[in-house]
Amino acid sequence: MTTDALPAPIRAGFLARRRRHMRLLTLPAMIVIAAVILFPWLFTLWMSAFDWKIGTVAHFVGVDNYVKLATNQRFIESIVHTFYFTALAVVLPLVLGTAAALVFHRQFPYRGFLRAVFTMPMMATPVAIALVWTMMFHPQQGVLNYLLSLVGIPPLLWVYSPTLVIPSLVLVEIWHWTPLVMLIVLGGLASLPTEPYESARLDGASEWQLFRYITFPLVAPFLVVAAVIRTIDALKAFDTIYVISSGGPGTASETINLYLYLQAFAFYNVGNASAVVVVFFVLILAMAMLLLHVRQKAKWTA
Amino acid sequence: MDSVTTASAAPYRRAFNVRRLMRKLGFWLSVVVIVSPAILVFLWMLSLSLKTELDNGTYPPVFIPNPPTLANFVYVFTENSMWLYFKNSLIVSGFATLIALVVGIPAGYGIARLAAHKTTVLILIARMTPALSYLIPLFTVFQFLGLNNTLTALIITHLVITVPIVVYIMVGYFETLPRELEEAAQIDGASVWTTFRYVAMPLARPGIVVGTILAFIFSWNNFVFGAVLASRTTRTLPAAVYNVLTFEQLSWGPLAAAAIVVTLPVLLLTVFIQKEIVAGLTAGGVKA
Repeated sequence: MTTDALPAPIRAGFLARRRRHMRLLTLPAMIVIAAVILFPWLFTLWMSAFDWKIGTVAHFVGVDNYVKLATNQRFIESIVHTFYFTALAVVLPLVLGTAAALVFHRQFPYRGFLRAVFTMPMMATPVAIALVWTMMFHPQQGVLNYLLSLVGIPPLLWVYSPTLVIPSLVLVEIWHWTPLVMLIVLGGLASLPTEPYESARLDGASEWQLFRYITFPLVAPFLVVAAVIRTIDALKAFDTIYVISSGGPGTASETINLYLYLQAFAFYNVGNASAVVVVFFVLILAMAMLLLHVRQKAKWTA
Repeated sequence: MDSVTTASAAPYRRAFNVRRLMRKLGFWLSVVVIVSPAILVFLWMLSLSLKTELDNGTYPPVFIPNPPTLANFVYVFTENSMWLYFKNSLIVSGFATLIALVVGIPAGYGIARLAAHKTTVLILIARMTPALSYLIPLFTVFQFLGLNNTLTALIITHLVITVPIVVYIMVGYFETLPRELEEAAQIDGASVWTTFRYVAMPLARPGIVVGTILAFIFSWNNFVFGAVLASRTTRTLPAAVYNVLTFEQLSWGPLAAAAIVVTLPVLLLTVFIQKEIVAGLTAGGVKA
């Protein structure tokens, strides 16, 4: 420190005052965060112990909302839908994003421009994208069924079929978020050392062996980061599902977030919805911790 | 290589060249396969918006608008209050970003220099929380305060998106700045505020640019806050495009035109400042 030359008590007082002033700088942001982030968390926790519809009197019910959720068939199904959607919407973008990163890691003409084009979906407004995909999914006039007919595949019902709706929504999610995985993995590839490749090539290793035994283990930490981000985002997915299928047909694509929306803003069931939020948040946190745990383990064994 | 090649080696060389050509072709094929879904969806969106209702309704689909028409865009701006929604979006995202910068830049500096890493964990947890869950308490409070259906309520709610992004990016950026200049200013008797305002902040301009753009984009793209908290006249663009257009007209041309109006500003920003966005996004995977 530059204050080393000062006598100890003066220096300590000086540093303490500086730290106090530093904290003052963070104060306005802390107030805003307390108001719009911390307060909603606490309020939600508090409301989840009440039976309350907007416009009526709230009754304290303790853990009753949670007990009811545990036996609520529709809520449990929404958890199943969420995990089904998330599993596909994490694994497929990871695989495709890694493949794309391997391609963009090489040098070729127009690389910067093509990478910009490839990353466009990621920043596009989800609602706008969802509207276009809704038109593309249309069973009679949609362009996707036309493309299928070109290769001799009979038309599909896409989001109008209870079994196909989630895979169709995952397709949109893949299109939307594979670029983010690509960028993270590309960052990882750029940080790799070149020496192991040179010696492995001298030893006659094939391209596949180079990938399997050098590239993959070295970018694995970046893949875990991508997997964590993707898992959180897929669990939270709302806009595209709401616009394209609204959880339908029936409740075939109703995820936790969609169920939550209905409870809160269609039925104004604030108490019940708050309990859903708490369970949902615990699920997200648990999944994120699980993945980070995997990462730690991978570190130890590597 | 060519200079030492003799006639006897020619067939060998040709085989080598063919293999290299095949590899190159294969590589470019993979580039096309990877990039085309991204570009085709946007082109299809453009195609839908430039076609007449007749062309949009035929099967097999018409791909190239012939002749292209701007009628859908004209319709969207004259028959619907597109300008109003555009203005609402600008006001909401603009103010939410501005407030986030005012409180977030000093906070980022303070957190970075105090090494208060617990605060960044708080921000990461905020990033994990579904946006909808902030909406229930805020909706209830706005109801109580009579603020529902106002732009003020929307701006406050959008701070949920913009403040964490700006703080997170600024913490990361200030941590990369060398402390020597700030220490020199301290020795000359500069206060914490003066050091921040006249030494650290000017150096952090690139970080501020990234934070501003990302905060603005994620606020602009937000749909659900506007869909729940706004009335017919205070809706932001994404909420308006969904609510007003989808319910009142099921025709594809105007819908596609509206979708383009919503997302074009963001796409242009993305293409022009690609590098900065990539740096900001991959730093911590910040996304609202």
